Amino acid sequence: MAANDRSDIILETQGLTREFSGFVAVDGVDLRVKTGQIHALIGPNGAGKTTCFNLLTSFLEPTRGTIRFKGRDITGMKPAMVARLGLVRSFQISAVFPHLTALENVRLALQRARGASFDFWRSESTLKVYDDRARALLNDVGLSGQEETIVVNLSYGLKRALEIATTLALEPEMMLLDEPTAGMAHGDVDRIVELIRRIRKGRTILMVEHNLSVVEGLCDTITVLTRGRVLAEGDYAEVSKNPEVIAAYLGSEHA
Amino acid sequence: MLGFSRSQFIAFLIMVALIVVCPFVLYPVFLMRVLCAALFACAFNLMIGYVGLLSFGHAAYFGMGSYVTAWTMKHWHLDAFLAIGLGGLTGAALGLVLGYLAIRRSGIYFAMITLALAQMVYFFCLEAPFTGGEDGIQQVPRGRMLGFLDLSNDMTMYWVVAAIFIGGFLTIHRIIHSPFGQVLKGIRENEPRATSLGYRTDDYKLIAFVLSCAITGIAGGTKALVFGIATLTDVHYSTSGEVVLITLLGGLGTVFGPAMGALIVTAMENYLAQAGAWVTVIQGAIFMVCVLAFRRGVIGEIANWRKLTL
Repeated sequence: MAANDRSDIILETQGLTREFSGFVAVDGVDLRVKTGQIHALIGPNGAGKTTCFNLLTSFLEPTRGTIRFKGRDITGMKPAMVARLGLVRSFQISAVFPHLTALENVRLALQRARGASFDFWRSESTLKVYDDRARALLNDVGLSGQEETIVVNLSYGLKRALEIATTLALEPEMMLLDEPTAGMAHGDVDRIVELIRRIRKGRTILMVEHNLSVVEGLCDTITVLTRGRVLAEGDYAEVSKNPEVIAAYLGSEHA
Repeated sequence: MLGFSRSQFIAFLIMVALIVVCPFVLYPVFLMRVLCAALFACAFNLMIGYVGLLSFGHAAYFGMGSYVTAWTMKHWHLDAFLAIGLGGLTGAALGLVLGYLAIRRSGIYFAMITLALAQMVYFFCLEAPFTGGEDGIQQVPRGRMLGFLDLSNDMTMYWVVAAIFIGGFLTIHRIIHSPFGQVLKGIRENEPRATSLGYRTDDYKLIAFVLSCAITGIAGGTKALVFGIATLTDVHYSTSGEVVLITLLGGLGTVFGPAMGALIVTAMENYLAQAGAWVTVIQGAIFMVCVLAFRRGVIGEIANWRKLTL
């Protein structure tokens, strides 16, 4: 690998490894995500995709290996710090604050911009300055009119959309989306894909995705993981022709 | 109004009206006991209801607040305002140290660690010379508040306690409805998500814990002043248990539940005192009925029934 293509790498791991009492979930993964791309991480169940996400965002500490984000070593950093640097993740199960309103959900992310908001003596109305921006974000993801809805009452698809709106509120340089379309009806899938396409401008996205038609239409680079190792990497055409990948993962679907 | 919803504001007015009227009907010393317990429970509710952490050792902060106020009143003859303030500071300082050790855990582990640390405080109080051991600190003078209010008069003392309670109650309300409180709710709802948004959740939980302990210390100090005594009971784990009972009975996570619970439990202890040990049995029975039949507690059930936020 030539050193001159490093400048456009936003996230890079070297020998990333995580062991769980003898079991190696992620085994020496070297991942390079280029700035501005949508990069997919695919692989069969148990391939280590979610563990990888947890490692990249410091929710788990790697047993070995390093992670560099924007050229900076972020290995072992506190997860909140990683988020502040602009590497923000979503979760496989929809990560919302269920008993707050949609508006409050987004505002909690916007409020982060105030720095550490330990001001327990101030009134909530201080947060009203964020309402317009929060409404705009909700509108962006197709949630206008639902601002005051308690989130637990939203449909699954809308919760995922809200989650993306909340993540976008931080204006992260890089988003990690963990199965953004998992468990969704067709119409909802199309909407989320459309949304991801719209929000990619000016950011890098790394996503775990099972739905291959989503990956095909959306992603620039695909990394295939199996049993914690990188099996193949390339664009969809390349990866889908790789015999090893077909055997390990695509086999049944492309038979 | 004051950041309350409409129904909450009406409930607040009713509560204030009761606080004003009751001393003319009921024995003020009993009412002061209710108010101290109510403030204690409100502070405890801040942790369990709004952060979602069950502290099983809140007696440590209550008791230490009580000892410090009693000691400084008796030996330094401080102004009551300062002495109670020192009680609150003691609660906060102790909360900062013990909270720092406990806050990294959650659920049952947090409860057990806070209980263990509170037991250590109990044994410290049993052995330390200034607490008077088994005797406690007795005959604490009530002294004066802000130099001019003579607290030896029960009614004057009552108005001071009422003011402290309402002040503490509104402070907690403000904490819950502040930008800080919003983050707390986020942490309670989904801590990993709050972390992924860049919040260092441990810091928020610790600050909430310290605030809760400060108000608990103030409640303890006020109690010591009212009864002129600080004893081992105040730091005993049964006091920690009682505040859990009060909060659950009144309505966990509701604004008015802890005060209601304090009224019910204190009234039982007071008016059933002749029944001796049976009070505990009756309390236990009521607690079981509460857990089995109306889990939301008195205020929680009313709120749910009338579809109100209380």
